[in-house]
Amino acid sequence: MTTVSWSGEPGTSRGPGPFLSVRDLSVEFSTEDGVVHAVDGLSFDLEKGTTLGIVGESGSGKSVTNLAILGLHDPAHTQIGGEIWLEDRELITADRATMEKLRGDRVAMIFQDPLTALSPFHTIGRQIGEVYRKHRGASKKEARDRAVEMLRRVGIPQPEVRVDHYPHEFSGGMRQRAMIAMALVCDPDLLIADEPTTALDVTVQAQILDLLKDLQQQFGTSIILITHDLGVVANTADDVLVMYAGRAAERGTVREVLREPRHPYTWGLLSSMPRLNSSVDVPLKPVRGTPPSLLNPPSGCPFHPRCDYPRLAGPELCFGQRPDVSPETGHGDACYLTLEQKRELRTTQASDQTEAQIDARTEDGA
Amino acid sequence: MTSFLVRRILGALMILLIISAVTFYLFYAVPRDPARAFCGKICPPETLQLVRHNLGMDEPLFVQYWHWLVGIFAGRELVQFGDCPAPCLGYSFATQEPVFGAIVDRFPVTLSLTFGASIVILAFGIITGMIAAWKVGQPLDKIASASSVIGASLQIYFVGPLLAFYLVDTMQLIPRPSYVPVTEDPVGWFTHLLLPWVVLSIIFTANYTRMTRSQMVEQLAEDYVRTARAKGMSNRAVFFRFAWRGAMIPIVTIFGVDLATLLGGAIITEQTFTLHGIGELAVRAVQNNDLPMLLGVTIVGAAMIVILNIVVDVLYAFIDPRVRLT
Repeated sequence: MTTVSWSGEPGTSRGPGPFLSVRDLSVEFSTEDGVVHAVDGLSFDLEKGTTLGIVGESGSGKSVTNLAILGLHDPAHTQIGGEIWLEDRELITADRATMEKLRGDRVAMIFQDPLTALSPFHTIGRQIGEVYRKHRGASKKEARDRAVEMLRRVGIPQPEVRVDHYPHEFSGGMRQRAMIAMALVCDPDLLIADEPTTALDVTVQAQILDLLKDLQQQFGTSIILITHDLGVVANTADDVLVMYAGRAAERGTVREVLREPRHPYTWGLLSSMPRLNSSVDVPLKPVRGTPPSLLNPPSGCPFHPRCDYPRLAGPELCFGQRPDVSPETGHGDACYLTLEQKRELRTTQASDQTEAQIDARTEDGA
Repeated sequence: MTSFLVRRILGALMILLIISAVTFYLFYAVPRDPARAFCGKICPPETLQLVRHNLGMDEPLFVQYWHWLVGIFAGRELVQFGDCPAPCLGYSFATQEPVFGAIVDRFPVTLSLTFGASIVILAFGIITGMIAAWKVGQPLDKIASASSVIGASLQIYFVGPLLAFYLVDTMQLIPRPSYVPVTEDPVGWFTHLLLPWVVLSIIFTANYTRMTRSQMVEQLAEDYVRTARAKGMSNRAVFFRFAWRGAMIPIVTIFGVDLATLLGGAIITEQTFTLHGIGELAVRAVQNNDLPMLLGVTIVGAAMIVILNIVVDVLYAFIDPRVRLT
């Protein structure tokens, strides 16, 4: 078990397809209270060199999905089903040694809070270098040189000096840059960024996102960007996956999903987001209710307790049967409303909003 | 670092000063008169007065304390016992031997006991805790956790004689515990102290097992450990290179305190195996109303604690780069 080939063993290989393909993924945690269905029947694809934004509330299964791709769940308490294909290799059934070789080398991850995600006990240089040593068999000297090079690449000033510093000696933005340097040290094919800008202030956020975009253009890395910020998605992603209660609510290109959102949950997300071009007096409309318990998910469509339209779509469907994402490719969503109904509802919503804006402006004028 | 050490050492001296003053005062607060005990059964008042004078006990309390304090650094002349060179902690009322000399004589016994027991404690405690953390929730973890509770509940004066009876008397595997100077006979030193080491460590080991286990489990759930896994680090690297580093800090802390306590005298173990260490000296000093000896032993014990506290703080800075010694 010393060599691991990427060509795949018999029975695990398959024909050419997308770079990353997640099929019917389910992740269940056994807890004292019962089984939590954190992800339930999720499918999506990611093409090489593109960015997929995964959006959803806390607890919608975004992070859980991506930890599953890396195989980072504790097997003692987790049941994972479905398939995750990275090119021609299935990752859920892959053994530990395979996954260890894959992590940090072909698939890398950056985390939300770079202060807690970096080891406080080791220098930045060592933390970057050890990935290179592990996967490329580099010497200490080579690993250090590589760490300096990576720090320079992510725009850290004086990398020769900074390489020997500890994470607590870095500012928040610098730490996230170091984290990115660490993730990219082996030129991974896939980078998973789990809310990489949430812990940073707004000006630094933009820098980090630009950095990710630049690096993607240079090295052709595919990126999964997990966020709850639709603004970040609009600026950075090519495709969007909106997740709700461990399932896909809507998927499509950024343009499709943000311009013509189809799922009532996506509407809710969009109308709860402040916009620069709308009047400050238009109240934000949050999605009412709270995310469902994943211990005991609602029957039928998981969004029905918070949805305004089950009556329109047919209660027996919404309450009784779980909707699948349709159509199977392209812009699709998991909702029983017909396309005409959605278009109509969107138009009324938009005019409501315009009216609210006009109202607000007249009040301003008065 | 230097300014840190200077400040900490000055602070430590202050603490020792306070401890000695409090001990000095408390000794006199107890309604027992060491001079009367010193004087003997039939003691005419004038003899008692003379004894008091000879022991320096006819002076005000703070003057006595001052003389005692000066004696440590400059030595002093005692009416009863004659010249006492620095560091002078006085003479024992009970045995008339110099206190400093008695402590120096006994120290190798206590040091040997502490040294061997510490190794057993750290080795067994940490290894068992590591195994429990590695196999958390599995049978091996449960066995390790259960045996640590049993160990913590045992008493030295119960386990000690029991093991001595079986291993020494019945099976004759090891010699009866006693102190053989390591410089004279290292093998004899080892075999004669083996049983006290093991018995003394039984109750301590359990603490380290539980501490190591819980700290490792906690550290393994940290974000930076997840990052290490996401980088492709093996389980072993994650365990020993990352999680262990964080788990060490609390272990170093309690080990510093335990070590100081042991160096101040392991009273029960010494009594159980009739080893003549510092602990035995302390017990006898209390029984004999022996102020100079009691003060001496107390100061040595307190000094161990403050010194090891400084050592622990310095160690923190080596383990955790975020700690600045200022």
